[in-house]
Amino acid sequence: MSSLRQLKPEEPWQAPEGEPIIRIENVSKRFGELYAVDGISLDIHSGEFFSLLGPSGCGKTTLLRMLAGFELPTEGKIYIDGQDVTNVPPYERPVNMMFQSYALFPHMSVADNIAFGLKQEGMAKARRQERVREMLSLVQIDKLASRKPHQLSGGQRQRVALARALAKHPKILLLDEPLGALDKKLREQTQFELVNIQERLGITFIIVTHDQEEAMTMSSRIALLRDGRVEQVDPPRRLYEYPSSRYAADFIGSINLIDGHVLSQEENRVVIRSEEAGGDLEVIHSQPLLAGTPVTLAVRPEKVRLESGDAQLANRVSGVIKEIAYLGDVSIYHVELATGKRIQFTQSNVQALAEQPLNWEDEVVLGWPANSCGVLTQ
Amino acid sequence: MRRRFPLLMTALLFGYAFLYGPILSLIVYSFNESRLVTVWAGFSTKWYGELLQNQQLLDAAWLSIKVAATTACGAVVLGTLAALALVRFRRFRGRGTLQVMVTAPLVMPEVIIGLSLLLLFVAMQDSIGWPDGRGQLTITLAHTTFAMAYVTVIVQSRLAHMDQSLEEAALDLGARPLKVFFTITLPLIAPALAAGWLLAFTLSLDDLVVASFVSGPGATTLPMVVYSSVRLGVSPEINALATIIVLFVSLAVAIAGVLLYRQEKRALREQNQG
Amino acid sequence: MKGLPLSPTRGRGLIIGVPWFWLGLFFLLPFLFVLKISLSEPVLAQPPYLDLIREVEDGLVSISLNFGNYLLLWEDPLYRSALFGSLKISAISTLFCLLLGYPMAYAIARAPSHWRLPLLMLIILPFWTSFLIRVYAWIGILKGNGLLNNFLIWSGLIDQPLEILHTPLAVYIGIVYSYLPFVVLPLYATLVRLDLTLLEAAADLGCRPWKQFLTITLPLSLPGVIAGGMLVFIPVVGEFVIPDLLGGPDTLMIGKLMWTEFFSNKDWPLASSLAAVLLVVLIIPFVALRHFEQREETI
Repeated sequence: MSSLRQLKPEEPWQAPEGEPIIRIENVSKRFGELYAVDGISLDIHSGEFFSLLGPSGCGKTTLLRMLAGFELPTEGKIYIDGQDVTNVPPYERPVNMMFQSYALFPHMSVADNIAFGLKQEGMAKARRQERVREMLSLVQIDKLASRKPHQLSGGQRQRVALARALAKHPKILLLDEPLGALDKKLREQTQFELVNIQERLGITFIIVTHDQEEAMTMSSRIALLRDGRVEQVDPPRRLYEYPSSRYAADFIGSINLIDGHVLSQEENRVVIRSEEAGGDLEVIHSQPLLAGTPVTLAVRPEKVRLESGDAQLANRVSGVIKEIAYLGDVSIYHVELATGKRIQFTQSNVQALAEQPLNWEDEVVLGWPANSCGVLTQ
Repeated sequence: MRRRFPLLMTALLFGYAFLYGPILSLIVYSFNESRLVTVWAGFSTKWYGELLQNQQLLDAAWLSIKVAATTACGAVVLGTLAALALVRFRRFRGRGTLQVMVTAPLVMPEVIIGLSLLLLFVAMQDSIGWPDGRGQLTITLAHTTFAMAYVTVIVQSRLAHMDQSLEEAALDLGARPLKVFFTITLPLIAPALAAGWLLAFTLSLDDLVVASFVSGPGATTLPMVVYSSVRLGVSPEINALATIIVLFVSLAVAIAGVLLYRQEKRALREQNQG
Repeated sequence: MKGLPLSPTRGRGLIIGVPWFWLGLFFLLPFLFVLKISLSEPVLAQPPYLDLIREVEDGLVSISLNFGNYLLLWEDPLYRSALFGSLKISAISTLFCLLLGYPMAYAIARAPSHWRLPLLMLIILPFWTSFLIRVYAWIGILKGNGLLNNFLIWSGLIDQPLEILHTPLAVYIGIVYSYLPFVVLPLYATLVRLDLTLLEAAADLGCRPWKQFLTITLPLSLPGVIAGGMLVFIPVVGEFVIPDLLGGPDTLMIGKLMWTEFFSNKDWPLASSLAAVLLVVLIIPFVALRHFEQREETI
C-alpha cells in the first residue's frame, strides 16, 4: 500500500500550540436507544486530508453529517475555526459537502448546479460566471457546462459534485464516500486528482470511507472508527505499521496475530513466550511491559520471509504449506505450524512463469526480524 | 407478452373491450337522429345543438367548473402539506391519525362523507353562523376534503422517491429552508402537483353524492342535473354531453399522462444517477 | 427529534398543523355529529331532528338519548337484509373484479417495459371520465330494447329480449365495470416488482409454470390482492349510484336506503344511524387495508 503524499516535515497535529480548524469535543449522537456516535473527540488541522474510516454502521457518516449541520449532536460541542457551531444550521456553516449520491439538482444545468451556492450568497453575476468557469476547468469538464446531470457519465457527475462543493471556497470540504460509485480504474485515477486539488487549494478535506486502501492512499491522517468510538488516529503509515489494537491491526490489511505472554524485557527488546508459535519470539517495544502480561504479537505477511538457512532472523518458525493463492503480483501462502497455528506470508512473483518454487505440503522455515513486528496489549 | 399465455392476452383484450365498449356506444349514439337512443336512425348533430340551448344544464356546468377549479387548488395546497408532513417528518404526535385521515376518504362510501359533512355544516351554521347556508361554498369545502386525500397519495409517492440529499445539498450550499422548498423541492414535484390538480378537478366535477348532500337550493351541479335527467331514462342529450366530457377528459388525461410520463422518466434517471 | 435543522419549528408546525386541522374539522369531527344525530328523535322541522341537549326549564337541561333508531334497524328486516345484501353484493363483485383484474394486471406487468405505461394509462383513462355517465351507458346497453338485446336478437341467439336491467346482474356488471381500475393498479404494482429470478429459481428446481404461479407469484402478490380487494369492497358496500340506476326495487343496498331515508323520508336521525352502522361494519376491512399498506411502506 502506497501513500500518494510525502509525509511532510511539518505535521500540524504534532504541534501542541497549533489551533485546530475543527475541534470535536466529546460528541455523541443517539438515535432512540442506539448511540451512532459515542463520545468522539478529534482535532483536525488546517490543510489536512483527514479520513474517517470504518465499517458500515461505525458512525462515520453520522459524524460527517454533524459537521455539515444535518444532524445535531445529542451531547458535545463542535468548533470550526474556534467558533462554536454546534447549533448553527447547515446554510450558515463555512463547510460544504460532496454527497455520496452526488445530489446534483436534476432540473439544473451543470453550470447552474455549480453556481447554486454562489447565488445563495448573492455573488454578482459576472463574478459568479467567472468562478463557475474556474471550477469547471479545475475539475476538467469545461465542455459540459450546459449539460443536464442525466446527460453525464458517473465520473463526470462526480466531478460536477466536487466543483459545486468547492465553488464557495469553503474552509472545509466534507466528502461522503466520494468515490464509492465509480469503478475501480476510475477510482484510482480520481484519488490522485482529489489529492492534487486538495494540495493546490489548501482546503481541509474530511472524507468518509469504508475502503481502507482509499484512506491509506489519500489521507494525511486516518481516524479508525468502531461502534461510534475512535479506535486509533494516526497517519496511514503509522496506522499500518503500528496498530494499537487487534481491531486496528485486523481492519487495515492482513496480519498474523500470535498470542502469548511477556517473558522478559531488556531495554526495548521484549521476549514473548507463545504456545501458538511453539517457542519464544522477540520484538522491539519501547513501552515497559510487566512479565506475564498476555500480549499479541502482530506481524504483516509481507514481513515474513522464507529462511534460506544462513540469515539470522530473530524469530523463526517452521511448518508445512497448506494453501497457496496466486494474485498476480504476489502469492499468499498459508503455513501450518506444528501447533496447528497458521501463519500467512507473501512473496512477490518476480519472474513470469517461473517454475513454482513452493508447493503444497512443502516444509518451510519462516522468519522475521524483531523490529518488523509489533506488540498489542489489547 | 409471451406466447405461452394466450389466456392472458384474451383477458387483457376482453378487459379493455369491457372498459371502452360502453363509452364508445355513448359516443356513437350521441350522433343518432332518433330520440330512441338505441335505435339508429341516421347521423345528426342536433342533440349537441339542443344541449347548448339547455340553460339549466349550462348553469350547472359553469357552477361545477367553478367548484372544481377552486377544489383543485385547495386540494393541491393541503395535499402537498399533508404529504410533506408524512414524508419529511417521520415522527410527530398525531402522525398515525393524519395518515388514517388521508387514506380513509379514498375508500369511504360517499354517502357517509356527504351525510356527515352536511350534519357538520348544519351544526356549524347553528353555533357560529358559518358557513351561512349551503351552496357553492359548502360543496367546495366538501370536495376539497376528499380530493386532498388523492393529492396527498400522489405527492407522497413522488416525495418518497425523491433523493433527500438534494435538499440537504441546497441547505449545505447556503439556501435557507424556504428557499430550498421553492428552488429545489417544488420544481421536482411539479409534475405530481399538476397530476394531482387534474385529478382533484375531475373528482370534483364528477361527484354526485357528496354534492347532493351538502348543496342547498339554487346550487345545482352538473352531475345533479345529469342524474335527475338519467333517472327518467336514456336521453340523447346526455349522450352528447357524455361525448363532450369524454373529449375534454381525454385531453386533460393526455396532458397529465405526458406529465406523469416525464416524471417517471426523470425518476428513472435520478435512480440511474444514484 | 429535537429541532430538526431542515425545518425550523414554526414551518414544521404549519406543515403538520394545517392539513391536520382541516381533516380533523371536515373529516373526523363530522362523524361525531353522525353519532349524535343518530341518537336523536326525528321531528318535522328544519333541521328535522331534536337536539340531544335541551333546556327544559330555566337552567334545567335534559339530555335524552334515543336508541330507537338503532332498535328499528335491528328489528326491521328491511334494514338487516339491506346491510347483508350490501355486504353480499360487495363481496361477490370484489371477487369478480379480482378474477378479471388479476390476469389483466399480470399481462401488463409482463408486457415489454415500454408497453406498460400506455397499457396502464388505458386502464386509468375511463376512471377519469364521469362515473355517472359511464353507469348511464349501461342502461342503454342492458335495457329491454338496448344494444345487447338488439344484437342478440339480430344474431338469432334469442327471440325474446333478456331482462337484465333492474336485476342484480346489472348491478354486478356496473360495479365490476366501475371499480375494475381499483384492483388492476395495486395488483400491477405488486406484480411488476416481483423478482423474475424467483420464478427461474423455481423452474430450475423443477417447478412447472402453473405450480410456479400458485406457490410463488400468487402468495407474493397477496398484498396487492388484499389492497385491491379492499379498495373495491369498502366503497361498494355504501354504493348508491349503481344500485339506484341499474338495480331494481328488490336490489336492497344500504347506501341507497340511506339516500331514500334522507332525501325522500327526511329522516335524518335514521339515515345517521344507518351511516354509523355502516362505518362500524367497514372498520374491519379498513384496518386490514391499512395493515397491508403499512407493510408495503416498510418493505
